[in-house]
Amino acid sequence: MTTIDSGVGAGVDGLADVTSSEDRLRRFLLGLPGVDQVGAEARAATLSTRSIKTTAKAYALDLAIQMIDLTTLEGQDTPGKVRALCAKARRPDPADSTAPQVAAVCVYPDLVATAKYELRGSGINVASVATAFPSGRSSLAIKVQDTKDAVAAGADEVDMVIDRGAFLSGRYGMVFDEITAIREAAGDAHLKVILETGELVTYDNVRRASWLAMLAGADFIKTSTGKVSPAATLPVTLVMLEAVRDYHENTGLHIGVKPAGGIRTSKDAIKYLVMVNETAGPDWLDPELFRFGASSLLNDLLMQRTKLATGNYSGPDYFTLD
Amino acid sequence: MSRFEYAPAPESRAIVDIKSSYGLFINGAFVEATDGKPFKTVSPASEEVLAEVSEAGPADVDKAVKAARKAHEKVWGPMPGRDRAKYLFRIARLIQERARELAVLESLDNGKPIRESRDVDVPLVAAHFFYYAGWADKLEYAGAGPDPQPWGVAGQVIPWNFPLLMLAWKIAPALAAGNTVVLKPAETTPLTALAFAEICQQADLPPGVVNIITGAGRTGENLVTHEGVDKVAFTGSTAVGRAIAKAVAGTDKKVTLELGGKAANIVFEDAPIDQTIEGIVNGIFFNQGHVCCAGSRLLVQESVYDEVLARLKRRMGTLRIGDPLDKNTDIGAINSPEQLARIRELSQVGEDEGAERWSPECELPSQGYWFPPTVFTGVSQAHRIAREEIFGPVLSVLTFRTPAEAVEKANNTPFGLSAGVWTEKGSRILWMANQLRAGVVWANTFNRFDPASPFGGYKESGYGREGGRHGLEAYLAH
Repeated sequence: MTTIDSGVGAGVDGLADVTSSEDRLRRFLLGLPGVDQVGAEARAATLSTRSIKTTAKAYALDLAIQMIDLTTLEGQDTPGKVRALCAKARRPDPADSTAPQVAAVCVYPDLVATAKYELRGSGINVASVATAFPSGRSSLAIKVQDTKDAVAAGADEVDMVIDRGAFLSGRYGMVFDEITAIREAAGDAHLKVILETGELVTYDNVRRASWLAMLAGADFIKTSTGKVSPAATLPVTLVMLEAVRDYHENTGLHIGVKPAGGIRTSKDAIKYLVMVNETAGPDWLDPELFRFGASSLLNDLLMQRTKLATGNYSGPDYFTLD
Repeated sequence: MSRFEYAPAPESRAIVDIKSSYGLFINGAFVEATDGKPFKTVSPASEEVLAEVSEAGPADVDKAVKAARKAHEKVWGPMPGRDRAKYLFRIARLIQERARELAVLESLDNGKPIRESRDVDVPLVAAHFFYYAGWADKLEYAGAGPDPQPWGVAGQVIPWNFPLLMLAWKIAPALAAGNTVVLKPAETTPLTALAFAEICQQADLPPGVVNIITGAGRTGENLVTHEGVDKVAFTGSTAVGRAIAKAVAGTDKKVTLELGGKAANIVFEDAPIDQTIEGIVNGIFFNQGHVCCAGSRLLVQESVYDEVLARLKRRMGTLRIGDPLDKNTDIGAINSPEQLARIRELSQVGEDEGAERWSPECELPSQGYWFPPTVFTGVSQAHRIAREEIFGPVLSVLTFRTPAEAVEKANNTPFGLSAGVWTEKGSRILWMANQLRAGVVWANTFNRFDPASPFGGYKESGYGREGGRHGLEAYLAH
């Protein structure tokens, strides 16, 4: 494939230059090509009409299960709840041992140790939200400590939130520095940067925030906390997939994408996978590079999976709550 | 991990009931042709014969025009507008009810992907009938004088690229205005027009208001030159349009012509790049490029040329070519061997004249008529592929330096049907729209249609407008 020179200075060196000062970063982000809202939404809608049947559907359902970050992020979470979720993550369908495991379990920092213990030996990662999730309204010192706590407790992945207030007021350097600091605090843990696209509102902002996060060292860019409506949408994910594709063209680096919140049905999940396939490309059809932040989605995938295998659609009582 | 291969997802053919042979629809009934010999219509994707269709000879044309005249004088003309509206609404609803069937039939007979016939053609057909149904009792407010009257009998000849949609563009405004019609569909795509004839029966439309006669060029010639026809409407090639204009010159017939095009799709350096690529693809590969307003000349500002071309080629690599009835097909079959030959010939000319030809790797089916999506770079204004309408999935790419040069190149064509402008700068969009000599100028989109929006050409792209209030005026004497 031809190398794409997106006019942003090809190669890692060129991009290192754009982050050398706040002014350059700002000019770079504001110089990214615009996103036409109508066109982006139309493209997402067209991709949604793909018809995924039989063998393709079986492939997609199993892949989607393996991409799930099984999530509980509630004030009412308890060790008992997390233990139950971990059991579900290990063996999603008790009636069918061929159902694959999920990618990770995602919890608040104080429950990381519990999850880590429950998932020992499974190969399933523990992801922890951090940085004063979900609003991110705290000092950098507290956010860094929050991250360190999660990693110390054994988190393999850290889902941080960006400072939307700083982003919306144009203080891109501050957002960049904060991600860099969390990147450092997270050490070897995989860093997912939550943009909270429902608060950024425009697709232009989503594209800028995506590039900002990637330049600052994100391993993944993630749409939402799940606490703000709208959470993940197809067009927002499309814009983010275009961003990781272009970043890869420039740097050769693969950055992951994680839509989170509001994805509840197999049909929805398959639409996302089609979009990944036809936008970022087949490389991204891998749990290392694409995740779903979801909880109820898992059971719908399992029900569809059983339906495909047996021809019968069973009721929700045949699948475990968590 | 293995690749995400989409399994075949064909729309079922079971929903359509194609008869082995069809007569002519005259005066509310299917009748045998009295002269002319029957011809076959085939599926361009498989070369399978779908049905045998009658050719209307001069006597049949005469019969159809007389039926239309009688219906106009006795029933449809005197009928109050609100009652005509009732029939049009009924037809619109029947089209919606039979939408899936019509989409499958259209894809079978024409070769276009079911995704388009289902999501674009048929919904627009219903929308046109709904839209003009609303006008039928409000004609005095259409801007055509206080008491506008229908011309009488309309003779209409339509092309094969959007068979049912072009029928709707022609029949809906004509009936709303109180005219009766004799319509001839293209010889390679008569089936949805014949299904529409059944819908007219189902709607209890009075006999003779709509007559559908099938046949080739000679039938069309007999129709438009028939002395009982008051109003001629044609969509098709510029050559035929010119012949029609000559044939009716000196008569009282009113004429509207919607002819060819060679639209410029103009990309500025500040365009929203990802949506622009989609717009370029939609502009030229929608309906295999069998679109008179297709964006077949891509004008790219030189400063973003490399980037646009690289992205366009990557995107073309994801286009899915094959069975029109597969719901995941993006590009279907070329409608006829004649059209395929023309596309091949002009593409060869492009190569011979020194332009560089590129297509993504794609496997074409062994049966049927196919042409891969193709882009020519290094094209200049002097090349034939930059001047002539190819009417296929072939894009010619040219460059420009300034907005003024873009306008100059865009307008430097005998055609003037449509144009596209891609820029994030609103003021430039307005300035360009004022400068471009084209009937439709799309901004940051392409190939968008709406029944309320007039459509038609400058220069050799024809005259008269279809759609909207303007489209109604063509069917009213004032």
